[in-house]
Amino acid sequence: MTLHVQISKRLPHFDLAVCLSCPPGQLTAIVGPSGAGKSTLMRILAGLEKPDEGRVTLGDTVFVDTAAKTFLPPQRRGLGLVFQDYPLFPHLSVRDNVGFATKDRDRVAELLTTFGISHLADKRPAAISGGERQRAAFCQALAREPVLLLLDEPFSALDVDTRRSLRRELRDLKQVLPIPILHVTHDLEEAAYLADQTLALERGCLSENWLQRVVQGDFAGMQTAAQRP
Amino acid sequence: MDLTPLVISAKLALLTTLLLPLVAAPIAYALAFFRFRGKSVADALVSLPMVLPPTVLGFALLVCMSPGAPLGAAWESLFGQRLVFSFAGILIASLVYNLPFAVQPMRAAFQKLDHRLLEAAAVLGLSPTAAFFRVVLPNSLPGLCAASVLVFAHSLGEFGVILMVGGSMPGSTKVASIAIFEAVEALRYDDALYLSLALIPISFAALMTINRLGNGSRS
Repeated sequence: MTLHVQISKRLPHFDLAVCLSCPPGQLTAIVGPSGAGKSTLMRILAGLEKPDEGRVTLGDTVFVDTAAKTFLPPQRRGLGLVFQDYPLFPHLSVRDNVGFATKDRDRVAELLTTFGISHLADKRPAAISGGERQRAAFCQALAREPVLLLLDEPFSALDVDTRRSLRRELRDLKQVLPIPILHVTHDLEEAAYLADQTLALERGCLSENWLQRVVQGDFAGMQTAAQRP
Repeated sequence: MDLTPLVISAKLALLTTLLLPLVAAPIAYALAFFRFRGKSVADALVSLPMVLPPTVLGFALLVCMSPGAPLGAAWESLFGQRLVFSFAGILIASLVYNLPFAVQPMRAAFQKLDHRLLEAAAVLGLSPTAAFFRVVLPNSLPGLCAASVLVFAHSLGEFGVILMVGGSMPGSTKVASIAIFEAVEALRYDDALYLSLALIPISFAALMTINRLGNGSRS
């Protein structure tokens, strides 16, 4: 199911106006400077904010359509979300966090093993490292078999080694996940390594120039370098 | 010395502490998280018992609970007895009087909660009601315990409101604070002293229990 987004929203300093499509099984990276509206876009897709105008659909499912006054609440969108600073539930163990939205205990155990954190299953989030918490957050997002995966700078607070290792895991995961993945990042190398398509967002609009200005025409070279093992 | 007033006080304080969260928690949740018309009016109404003189609140409740008023008449037709000057009457009065002492700490605890936890719960498919029970309550236990401590301590020492609504009916509405007052008035200072001293271990034991529950939830 392809994700189609065509929305606009007035923000304090500019208008966010985005039109994009993200096919299933592909990772679309959204890059851009801070304050460009990337996180607002993700929040709109998650149903945590409403656009002023526009339409978001995933296959036949309409997430939002302002013309038809349709708004599907986040509870019914069935998506997975991993944000940079989203906390796990502090009162639950890692296992219960991952199994928060599913009763399938086997899937929880399988995800914990896949992400290499099964030995931490009984620990609380406060007792594990930042990288382990992000791994648990990925497990939590994937446990209910989401129809769309939204990643908002999920690695930015991690050290270089953990970031590299999680990037590799995400790239492996992408090969087997038949859903659209949207990944917001500041890191162009990360986008080059992971993305099937890269879009740049600048002051609320998709911009072709921004990327060129930033990498000075060397993005293709960087992408090639990043794909090397 | 008659220990019945102590038993009634302890019973009243315990029942108020146990029942009040059922009313106060949804109100605190609504005030902490929702925007609605008349919110400031609702907020002020909830806090009113905190600033009203107990005798004024007691008089208002006495009027509402009298057999001629809708609440009093409905109670009498349902249970066949008057609400004023009964234990049920002072329990309702205690619930009303203590409402702000439960709502305010609970509201503060809910507002302190990381808002992103609720967003995460929503994205993971939880309805607001389910999120309240599975996310908000477990992460607000210290605040809920603080509210319980306040309510228990406050209801154990209630005087003005209870006297107005319940009078001083031995065995049903004569609580310890009223018994102490009457003992002093009758110059029975020994009785007043023993009743006062007896309140201390009861209060201390209750506070220790609630604090332990709070510490347990934090760890």
